Amino acid sequence: MKTLFDKIWDAHVVATVKDGPTQLYIDRHLCHEVTSPQAFAGIRARGLNVYRPKQTTLTADHNIPTMWQNKPIRDTVSRFQVETLAKNASDFGLTYYGLNNPKNGIVHVIGPENGYTQPGMTIVCGDSHTSTHGAFGAIAFGIGTSEVEMVLASQCILQTRPKTMRINFDGKLEENVSAKDMALYMISQLTTGGATGYFVEYAGEAVRNLSMEERMTLCNLSIEMGARGGLVAPDETTFNYIKGREFAPKGDKWEKAVAYWKTLKSDEGAAFDKEVTFDVAKIRPMITYGTNPGMGMPIDGTIPHLDDIGEAGKISFEKSLNYMGFTPGEKLEGKQIDYVFLGSCTNGRIEDFRVFTQYVKGKKKAGNVTAWLVPGSWQVRKQIEAEGLDKILEEAGFELRQPGCSACLAMNDDKVPAGKYAVSTSNRNFEGRQGPGARTILAGPLVAAAAAINGKITEP
Amino acid sequence: MEKFQTITSTYVPLPIENVDTDQIIPARFLKATTREGFGDNLFADWRYDKEGNPKLDFVLNNPVYSGEVLVAGKNFGSGSSREHAAWAIGGYGFKVVVSSFFADIFRNNALNNGILPVVVSEKFLGELFVSVDKNPKATVTVNLEEQTITNNGTGSAESFEINPYKKECLLKGLDDIDFLLSNKDKIEEYERNRAFAYE
Repeated sequence: MKTLFDKIWDAHVVATVKDGPTQLYIDRHLCHEVTSPQAFAGIRARGLNVYRPKQTTLTADHNIPTMWQNKPIRDTVSRFQVETLAKNASDFGLTYYGLNNPKNGIVHVIGPENGYTQPGMTIVCGDSHTSTHGAFGAIAFGIGTSEVEMVLASQCILQTRPKTMRINFDGKLEENVSAKDMALYMISQLTTGGATGYFVEYAGEAVRNLSMEERMTLCNLSIEMGARGGLVAPDETTFNYIKGREFAPKGDKWEKAVAYWKTLKSDEGAAFDKEVTFDVAKIRPMITYGTNPGMGMPIDGTIPHLDDIGEAGKISFEKSLNYMGFTPGEKLEGKQIDYVFLGSCTNGRIEDFRVFTQYVKGKKKAGNVTAWLVPGSWQVRKQIEAEGLDKILEEAGFELRQPGCSACLAMNDDKVPAGKYAVSTSNRNFEGRQGPGARTILAGPLVAAAAAINGKITEP
Repeated sequence: MEKFQTITSTYVPLPIENVDTDQIIPARFLKATTREGFGDNLFADWRYDKEGNPKLDFVLNNPVYSGEVLVAGKNFGSGSSREHAAWAIGGYGFKVVVSSFFADIFRNNALNNGILPVVVSEKFLGELFVSVDKNPKATVTVNLEEQTITNNGTGSAESFEINPYKKECLLKGLDDIDFLLSNKDKIEEYERNRAFAYE
């Protein structure tokens, strides 16, 4: 009896090093401009080619502006990094979706939307949110640049087999509660290191009822509790999503693939190293109050008191609240905010824009709020326009930007100023993540929409 | 990669938990295309003010503390997979990071750059902080061959775990790519025989 994870892992073992890690075969490798240049330099220095060039795809996303993408990037260092990516693609004969390419976008948005991500695969990228692709029932995880070099050189990676954990979400979600809220709730319960060393399978009624995009949001945040990845067994929802997309198998190959994919589920009675169950009826819209994603609470909740924190954690807790300008025991509902960011590989897909738009329709953005609405890809942006959501957003006082990682990690100009509060649909509220001194409150798209309209944290 | 040898060194205490890789090296410093120079920006936002002047209350700016070993609170290196964090730590001159818990990706990245992550018990970690608080010139000895770490302030020692393969790599200064390249026939054999191949 095997878990879903075991089945996929075992199907990719090339060799096992004595007393050491597993040599794992990688089906798909995605690269972006920030974590790949040193890896390409490495294989050049060794006089190597990319071993399986068809299995690596490149996109520029982390370091690019979200306005005027048709003009040269103003920041010369950023421009050089993007140009280096383009040169590496051309030197090594790799597919590259550069700026203004209709398939350009955030690496974890374009993989799924082009049908490049499929069940049963091993997928890696020099980016910790590669866990997103696990929504399709794939083993997908983030790697470092030395490991990117390994994959370029050999289509393999050396990894120690992680332990397995199953997280069951039982019951039905309340209205206004999203996959993002499920994830923030889970991380607040398990803490930011609670799943370190594990690969997680998400299961249960509430997970089965999620759309593919919602499953992506949930799997995306696996790394925020330390898990290398999280995955969901593929089902009809998965197959319906993939079918017909550009890189999806066609004809007989489709039938054959689906027959295989249907075997990809944990056997009845398969043992997990750890199992956790949550009752989703208890989950409310969530926000974070501190400087790691584990510091979350219901939107109407109160920040813990110092007495509730263990001795070793007190310094970090106080440092965190000091950075945020909050006090122990404080409520955040009604708190005025300055910025709203809708986007990122966590919540930058069409369903996120639909939820946001539906809330703001016929209302006006608060005067005190600067809002950045950044689609995850050009295809998402085109869909927004096709559905007329851009017009509704414009009438409500919002402007749509061009795709990229943007204010999620603020490598470009989209930086939240020091001391300002941002309600953000992204994945990390670390100190300085959205700009030096920026104060991030993580939330789902609906809570972000309510904050943008009301100018403060309010129940949607 | 340089061969890893036994180290006896003073150490730098950072008793903060959940130090994420965005703190180790903020994203705006990730625009380089080489591995060099990241040490100057290690912990940049804790180390320098807006004008770029050293913040005197941060441990790296306190001349009393120095050494090749960084001792940090639980769950060190969480968050982003950026290997630049390991390059920054190595570039600054640290060869060992000691904590009671490391995030997975950071641990791999450190090992791939010849930096040894040493996991110790909460108790041992707490004692290291106490020893260096009493005497900033307190030292630790890290012996990879024996897999031991000794708090020379108290004389207490602990053994630590490391994968035997990785230990061998560090001691001999080898990296994984050498290994993978020597294994190409197995990769091709796998590609021929796998049950389901993706196009």
